Amino acid sequence: MTSQHESAPALPEKHYLSGAWSPQDWLLTKDHKRIGILYLVGISIFFALGGLMAVLIRMELATPSGDLMPADVYNRVFTMHGVLMVFFFLIPSIPAVLGNFLLPIMIGAKDLAFPKINLLSWYIYMIGGAMTFYGLLVGGIDTGWTFYTPLSSGYATGPVLTVAVGVFIAGFSSILTGLNFIVTIHRMRAPGLTWFRLPLFVWGHYATSIIQILGTPVVAITILLVGAERLFHIGVFDPKIGGDPILFQHLFWFYSHPAVYIMILPSMGVVSEIIAAFSRKKVFGYKFVAFASIGIAVLGFLVWGHHMFTSGQSLYAGAVFSFITMLVAVPSAIKVFNWTATLYKGAIAWDTPLLYALGFIGLFTIGGLTGVMLGTLGFDLHVHDTYFVVAHFHYVMVGGAILGFLGGLHYWWPKITGKLYNEFWSKISAGIIFIGFNLTFFPQFILGYLGMPRRYHSYPEEFQVLNILSSAGASILGIGFVIPVIYLLASLANKRYAGNNPWGAVGLEWQIPSPPPTENFETPPVVTDEPYTYPQPDEKEAPVGV
Amino acid sequence: MTPNTPIFPQGASTYSTEVDILFYVYLGLAAFFTVAIFGLVTVFAVKYRRKKATDVGVEPQGHATVIEVTWTVLPLILMLGAAIWGLKIYVQQLTPPPNAKEYYVVGKQWMWKIEHPDGRREINELHVPKGEDIKLKMTSEDVIHSFFIPAFRIKVDAVPGRYNTMWFNAAKTGTYHLFCAEYCGVDHARMIGRVVVMEPHEYQEWLSGTKVRAATATGEELFVAKACNTCHRPDSSARAPILNGIFGKEVALLGGKTIVADDEYIRESILNPGAKVVSGYQPIMPTFKGQLSEEEIIQLIKYVRSLSPGADKGVPKTASLAFSSSAEAHP
Repeated sequence: MTSQHESAPALPEKHYLSGAWSPQDWLLTKDHKRIGILYLVGISIFFALGGLMAVLIRMELATPSGDLMPADVYNRVFTMHGVLMVFFFLIPSIPAVLGNFLLPIMIGAKDLAFPKINLLSWYIYMIGGAMTFYGLLVGGIDTGWTFYTPLSSGYATGPVLTVAVGVFIAGFSSILTGLNFIVTIHRMRAPGLTWFRLPLFVWGHYATSIIQILGTPVVAITILLVGAERLFHIGVFDPKIGGDPILFQHLFWFYSHPAVYIMILPSMGVVSEIIAAFSRKKVFGYKFVAFASIGIAVLGFLVWGHHMFTSGQSLYAGAVFSFITMLVAVPSAIKVFNWTATLYKGAIAWDTPLLYALGFIGLFTIGGLTGVMLGTLGFDLHVHDTYFVVAHFHYVMVGGAILGFLGGLHYWWPKITGKLYNEFWSKISAGIIFIGFNLTFFPQFILGYLGMPRRYHSYPEEFQVLNILSSAGASILGIGFVIPVIYLLASLANKRYAGNNPWGAVGLEWQIPSPPPTENFETPPVVTDEPYTYPQPDEKEAPVGV
Repeated sequence: MTPNTPIFPQGASTYSTEVDILFYVYLGLAAFFTVAIFGLVTVFAVKYRRKKATDVGVEPQGHATVIEVTWTVLPLILMLGAAIWGLKIYVQQLTPPPNAKEYYVVGKQWMWKIEHPDGRREINELHVPKGEDIKLKMTSEDVIHSFFIPAFRIKVDAVPGRYNTMWFNAAKTGTYHLFCAEYCGVDHARMIGRVVVMEPHEYQEWLSGTKVRAATATGEELFVAKACNTCHRPDSSARAPILNGIFGKEVALLGGKTIVADDEYIRESILNPGAKVVSGYQPIMPTFKGQLSEEEIIQLIKYVRSLSPGADKGVPKTASLAFSSSAEAHP
């Protein structure tokens, strides 16, 4: 794999992990790399918890009658699955872990612009997570992760406010991370690193940060209003006291639709990096891919009403939201076509990160196309709030966002830890995840078109066969998620050092030691080329790699 | 209901066929693009597999603007075409035929209460005649529910505080699922029932099976019980507008505006009487908020309607192109 003609790689003498390891060296660190690791620990805990909830859901749904747990408990389980996965795993996953670690290195900087705020945002995230976890421990809530009113504001029981405040607090972590990234990208790029020399991972995070800063305050305000209605009976959303329940849906989706782009844009950035590195080529249509990210971020703010086609929204509003939804699908399509074209005449190595990236392209295509279907007015009236929607957003969120995260984690794991993981098991588990994922969620498209509503604790018997397929797939998917935990942790103990550049990729992060030194670069780098510039055969003098 | 596992749902309305055709076209396009992308990715990954560790990819020569524009514009045209098609179907669903039979639906945790045009009531069951235009006007007593009949390919939310409408024309007799599609609390999954489509003569027999009170009897009783009749009475000394003949007509409001006296306006006037006072009267009516259930409000509306014979035929124009135009104007 390595193309370097040098002696077997060894760990650098001093790196960001080799310093002091007392609790305060981690808990008070201002090093973006260590903070990235802290986030990795945090999101892994919440992913495990959310995954446990998913296991319970699929076990209950293996039989038509609600026999495993009472309806009340089931509703709490799927609510917590959604809350934990969306707010405490998917939203922070790539930006706060990989973005935190890599963004400064990719632009040749020592750290983020505001290292202390970066640490603060981790604490805010953990406090929000702890509150939500406490809410789970004392019984959980049954509002659904969407907190629809007046159910959430006047009818649902349990610690609704505790969980809502937890989500509210975590939102500030997201805002601060976005702020930090935007300032860093604007102010701290290395000499020569112009906007169109930025890796697409950075473009993806820039677009994500815009959404985090502009969208998150709206959901924070919305949650406060729900709290005000629950506590003080101020009529905002409940029509019994003069409110309008549909207003909540407008406010909630004004954030939560762009939020799905918070989850997918960084993943798209990861895929661009992986495709370029493993075909050793420039990303085809670089500028189109870069601007597609910005286009998604902007248009993503104008489509929220497509969640409300059945709510009584006027025809004109419905028509406008439907058409803009078609527009926002275009930049996503552009990205898929450009990635595919990048592979053409590449020098393609089938390493684990590439398997994840190719899986992303395929599954995201299905997720995107079904999204276009859902954005079509007449069609949505049938499949809205059915398993068709559940399948669609899991294709985007698991098939897209999580495969992107896993791909990125495998691509940069040697950089982050300095160690190589087991290639055999990593490929096996990538295959298991792909198969398990499709078996879990493809039957749900059919279930949805047949009319099975989402969030059902029990269901008519004719839906059982497809539900059993889905539950069987989920157990395969679960195994696929456990295997990487084992071999990645095991890699820390072995002595298979990665060296600076195990993949023979270009990019600033591959020019420094693995793991990187605390200050990232001994001397500030100067950038002279477009990203992903691999020396072409006729001009090749030195072997690839630095 | 067949116990075996279906792959495609049964369709039982004129509308369901149109949704299915759109779905099949979509399915074809989606399958084409998915296979094309999967196929190209696989072919490239195999064909251009790295031979030597030092290999690099071959960069294309020249600019690719034509390619980029092509794969930007082509999908856009396809998608906009599909959006227009979907809009056409949606407009059809939002525009009930003027003479559709009107049923009322009230959702409450966790049941569907349905009232037929003749006053008969059902819970979690809806019997309808085949081949007739049926319009459902729905609201909710508590949280948001959603009235979903998969065999007809439609759902509409029952939202507290407003009336939404749905309509269909059942094409096949049979029994079909009725689901609540909007998560509504503990027993959401048990807020289910069935829709029974019958031959028109069977429906008539079914209707005459038990004696039904006149459709407006309860409303009239309520009108007296709540003392509405002390002010709203057809004589010259009335302190409130005469309701006879008013339904479906434009009325002049204080401040010079006018409004069509439809279901939404009557509902609002019961719950929030000061909001739109008829010109020439004082805003002296007390609110009945919290004193009437949604079903009772519907009974009162039906009684007021019955005071305007013939008005039921013409659906007020303002409500024809939106689920409920007046509820939106004054949330």
